[in-house]
Amino acid sequence: MSELTRDERAESEELLHRALAGARLPRWGIAAAAVGAIALAIILNLTTSVAGVAGTVVVAVLLFLAIQTTWSFRVEGRRHAVDRLATTAVYATFIVALAPLVAVLATVIVKGMSVISSTFLTTSMRNISPRSEGGGLYHALIGTLQQVGIAAMFGVPLGILTAIYLVEYAPFAKSRRLSRAISFFVDVMTGVPSVVVGLFIFTAFVLTLGMERSGFTASLALTILMLPVVVRSTEEMLRIVPRELREASYALGIPKWRTILKIVLPTALGGIVTGAMLAIARVAGETAPLLLTTFLSQSINTNPFKGPQAALPTFIWDQFTSATDASVNRAWGGALVLIVLVMVLYGAAKIIARYTGVKRG
Amino acid sequence: MAKRIDATDVDIYYGAFKAVEGVSFAVEPRSVTAFIGPSGCGKSTVLRALNRMHEVIPGAYVEGKITLDGEDIYGSTIDPVNVRRTIGMVFQRPNPFPTMSIYDNVVAGLRLEGKKRSKSDLDAVVEGSLRGANLWDEVKDRLARPGSGLSGGQQQRLCIARAIAIEPQVLLMDEPCSALDPISTLAIEDLIDQLKERFTIVIVTHNMQQAARVSETTAFFNLAGVGKPGKLVEIAPTDVIFSTPTQQATEDYISGRFG
Repeated sequence: MSELTRDERAESEELLHRALAGARLPRWGIAAAAVGAIALAIILNLTTSVAGVAGTVVVAVLLFLAIQTTWSFRVEGRRHAVDRLATTAVYATFIVALAPLVAVLATVIVKGMSVISSTFLTTSMRNISPRSEGGGLYHALIGTLQQVGIAAMFGVPLGILTAIYLVEYAPFAKSRRLSRAISFFVDVMTGVPSVVVGLFIFTAFVLTLGMERSGFTASLALTILMLPVVVRSTEEMLRIVPRELREASYALGIPKWRTILKIVLPTALGGIVTGAMLAIARVAGETAPLLLTTFLSQSINTNPFKGPQAALPTFIWDQFTSATDASVNRAWGGALVLIVLVMVLYGAAKIIARYTGVKRG
Repeated sequence: MAKRIDATDVDIYYGAFKAVEGVSFAVEPRSVTAFIGPSGCGKSTVLRALNRMHEVIPGAYVEGKITLDGEDIYGSTIDPVNVRRTIGMVFQRPNPFPTMSIYDNVVAGLRLEGKKRSKSDLDAVVEGSLRGANLWDEVKDRLARPGSGLSGGQQQRLCIARAIAIEPQVLLMDEPCSALDPISTLAIEDLIDQLKERFTIVIVTHNMQQAARVSETTAFFNLAGVGKPGKLVEIAPTDVIFSTPTQQATEDYISGRFG
């Protein structure tokens, strides 16, 4: 080394540095490519048949991809060019996927907020004609809370117990026929359209058994719709509880049922709660089965076992089909309340799960 | 406290697959017996058969006779839950319950047994068991913290504390040090030396030096080939196994010629 001249040494260091660092686009490269792409898209918009905001945005994104990739390929080489292309594509698709969600939320909030008031939340539609302003969804809020509450009371425990059978007991059964049948029917239930479930409850309970159409018959339909979601999500969660934990518990002389209750379920609690909430959120928005099992009501009915009862989805449907300015506004208000309700339930469940489930040290 | 185990002509199955064949041996009370042998030879399977943990795997069953002080643990009136309460177990990977604090982990066996116990009784058990597992000084100020926040070696000692908290007669250890560093391994080996005053201990290990260090008796298991059942080749006092084994296969294994 000592025989190298100072220049030679500097040159070899420079070569080593370049070999390790590689050539990169300048720091401002991405910004420049973006600005260039947008400028070019605007010029195209003004001079050619590229028109509209959406078209221009698409053209700008494509131009950005092209400029960035070509430039990167020339300067940085193939691997970096592909990396940049893939990174941009991932971000772009993420935004595309997120856009409808944000758009729906924004529309519901903007249109719904205008009718939200204490009157809207605490009065019913009794004696309010579709054309007139005012009225509210208190009757529908009561109905949804009661119907979904009763459905959750039946559906969540039934679903969790079914999943416990499938995961904890079925592998030890003499024959797998029962568990295969359960799994099969759970899959079938997932695919049954909700209106068919409503028809089933209507035929079996109202026509055949002679039950009155009420909030309760509606919650029976919702229970059936919830079940497969709860079973599947709980099953997945129970399966990922490590076998080692169950064995550790058995090895302490803890009986199987207590192991499931005190070790397996608490460990999986976070996921089970999330699954149950998704099932509740799903049925809270069901409209078709409610129309068949409890129909519409404009008045407050706090007894879910007697007479028709309103619900938020049927309230939204009813107000929207009245098609007056006042009623369509009320429909947006109903949608906003439904979304907030589901989000509040979800948040509450997450908080409960955090304080009772797996502890992180 | 400590009891003896006798196994007579034991065959162990996973469904249709016979994993272990014709195993007979005796484990003396207040001693350490080590099971050694190549991977897949069935030594862990035999260990799990000793406290009826083998059958928690679907389709798995045991044939033959295993007795604890003369009582057949596979007898028709025997409750496997009670067998496991009498014969405790420590596993290869530390597995503290993730939903529980250090304190709750230690008393899990007592609490989930279903009997009510006073807070002062439980406190005494926690201190006694953690001292017994040489962990008390390290965790006494953070008993309410999650057990999963401890280091691997501490977690394994927590699992040992949890196992001895229910006062078993026998302690089975399934490669308790294989996931630990040498210092934690030494801590566990010292602990085994103390625990054998109170318990009968059976330990499965891949580490022959460990078997030589901690055990009075060593059993060597081997299998004839892949898919064939494992067999007990030889059981003898540890110094005999490591100096003058009677079987060629044992000598080959301990001298490193195969396995």
